[in-house]
Amino acid sequence: MRIARPTRIVLRTLALVYLTVLLAVPIVTILWRTFEPGFGAFWESIRTPAAISAFNLSLLIVAIVVPVNVVFGVVTAIVLVRGRFPGRRLLSGIVDLPFAVSPIVVGVSLIMLWGVNGWFGGLDNVGIRVIFGLPGMVIATIFVTLPFVVREVEPVLHEIGIEQEQAAATLGASRWQTFARITLPAIRWGLTYGVVLTVARALGEFGAVIMVSSGFPGVSQTLTLLVHSRYIDDHNTHGAYAAATLLMFLALLTLLLMTVLDRKRPGQPSGATIAAATAPAEADTDAEVAGADDPAPPGPVASAVPEPELATTTRSSR
Amino acid sequence: MITVAAAHKSYGTFKALDDVSLEIPSGSLTALLGPSGSGKSTLLRAIAGLEDLDAGTVMIAGQDVTRLPPQRRGIGFVFQHYAAFKHMSVRDNVAFGLSIRKRPRAEIATRVDELLDVVGLAGFQHRYPAQLSGGQRQRMALARALAVDPQVLLLDEPFGALDAKVRDDLRRWLRRLHDEVHVTTVLVTHDQEEALDVADQIAVLNEGRIEQFGSPEELYERPANPFVMSFLGSVSRLNGEIARPHDLRLIRSRQQAEAEASSAGVRVTDATVERLVRLGFEVRVELRHTSTGEPFFAQLTRTEATALDLQVGDRVWVRPTRTLGSDQAAPVRALPTEEEFPALAV
Ligand SMILES: Nc1ncnc2c1ncn2[C@@H]1O[C@H](COP(=O)(O)OP(=O)(O)OP(=O)(O)O)[C@@H](O)[C@H]1O
Ligand SMILES: [Mg+2]
Repeated sequence: MRIARPTRIVLRTLALVYLTVLLAVPIVTILWRTFEPGFGAFWESIRTPAAISAFNLSLLIVAIVVPVNVVFGVVTAIVLVRGRFPGRRLLSGIVDLPFAVSPIVVGVSLIMLWGVNGWFGGLDNVGIRVIFGLPGMVIATIFVTLPFVVREVEPVLHEIGIEQEQAAATLGASRWQTFARITLPAIRWGLTYGVVLTVARALGEFGAVIMVSSGFPGVSQTLTLLVHSRYIDDHNTHGAYAAATLLMFLALLTLLLMTVLDRKRPGQPSGATIAAATAPAEADTDAEVAGADDPAPPGPVASAVPEPELATTTRSSR
Repeated sequence: MITVAAAHKSYGTFKALDDVSLEIPSGSLTALLGPSGSGKSTLLRAIAGLEDLDAGTVMIAGQDVTRLPPQRRGIGFVFQHYAAFKHMSVRDNVAFGLSIRKRPRAEIATRVDELLDVVGLAGFQHRYPAQLSGGQRQRMALARALAVDPQVLLLDEPFGALDAKVRDDLRRWLRRLHDEVHVTTVLVTHDQEEALDVADQIAVLNEGRIEQFGSPEELYERPANPFVMSFLGSVSRLNGEIARPHDLRLIRSRQQAEAEASSAGVRVTDATVERLVRLGFEVRVELRHTSTGEPFFAQLTRTEATALDLQVGDRVWVRPTRTLGSDQAAPVRALPTEEEFPALAV
């Protein structure tokens, strides 16, 4: 489609303005307000015991949630893609539920289930405190991050199909060997993005977590809760900005780490390695790829004498 | 030897395999030939263990493998779309089966080099499948399947995704490879020419049943039924008889034609030349019965065509030098005699 030049300029400007106003301006403002009083002040306010505890708690939750989601996410994706059973559609719909349900609703329902008076409230009597404890925050975070790994891995599984796995089976690989050596490497990048999204969302989750956390500074505050309490309860705006910047920094770090890993992708050759690897035997490849003149593949017998091109070679049996 | 006995496989109410029995001799190259949807892949995959049969047994080299998973059947399988391990180099692809078997590194390296040499990919060890052409990918897949020394090699339309020229080269190459390696090989194809070209035996499948099993010669010369007849090689229908197009003799003079025909005990068909198509050194003459208007064609060598000096619109008399029998499938009305239709007389 060809778009007239003036239209193009208008569209571009619109997109740019949209991104600037909605994304860039708020982020820059926070960065500005954080570092306005100097780097020292920022450092101070993220080194308070409450901030350190919040930082650790956020990371701890991520460290628990990610492996759980990876394992169950991959299994669920495999079941959804490869399985043939009644109710598969329903299961697929359920996976999307966390996208549709507001986190605050998740928090409320968790309290109903696990709270002292809830269905599983009995656990409290044996000393396991779910709501207002770490388990509650972990469960809430798992709930809201559950779809990411599944939804990132699913299309990749679809795309690779089952032939590679079947080929591995005919070559003698057990199910587990096939999974470890064929399926897992093939879905690696989908999984990676699923993990990135999970980490980002787990760090940033607020609504569900605030419902199930007791919210004591230095004990049960995550970074998001710290931002909230500093801003609302303590009227410590600079402290809130600083904690927010720390959160952003963590998210950025995750993205960066994944980009670096992506660069190092073993196996799947990046553009550069293709060029390098192709160079030595270029002429040969070009001919073959173009199908121009595939040299009779060298084999056990010396290459064939070119035979006249016949539509019906085999039938000249008169 | 591969023995399939009374194999049945249904998808819902649809019978993909309907009482299939087959004995494939050791060391042979056998083609499973049939139209799309006839159950070729299903049969091959049942031999491989990639598909479970509803009933029937599969034996490989005397061992009943019906209940064994593909891992333990001692097979090599080559897929139409290569099924290359995309994240592995050519070397690792070929080494896969051996490394699963925990063979020593040195042994694996030697074997892989040897196989890559055989399939003509010696300089390509460190490439990835994405950097290979289709033909090269399929040769890699073949090396990968051969690496584990399978008892049987199963190929599902291995050259189906390649262009005509590469396909021709590769199947001749496969034949030569088979003559060297002698592994019992089953090749699925829907291309009759490919089957006639490479196979020792051909099993013709149709709607989940085996229509005929035999050597290419047998199937071509003595087809068991009209299906096999028209599926293997082209046929021309004339005068209620079926003949191969290259078994038709075109004669310019009516007297000569009738003299020849009466001594051979066949009938002569009166036809008009519609079109001449030159295919390499063969010429396809498209004809039409003068009276019934039925189209058919004859295949001549260039020399014969030149000698006849045919032109479009010419009238010729056709007699089969050999027929495959009468046409039960679609009987053509017998040619009217001169008494009924005097205009036929010249
Ligand atoms: N998983 C399946 N579910 C339902 N029907 C199937 C399935 N697999 C195959 N079939 C049906 O079984 C029949 C035989 O399939 P098969 O793949 O063996 O055909 P084929 O002879 O290999 O054809 P082609 O040349 O097109 O590959 C087809 O009609 C197909 O629709
Ligand atoms: Mg098939």
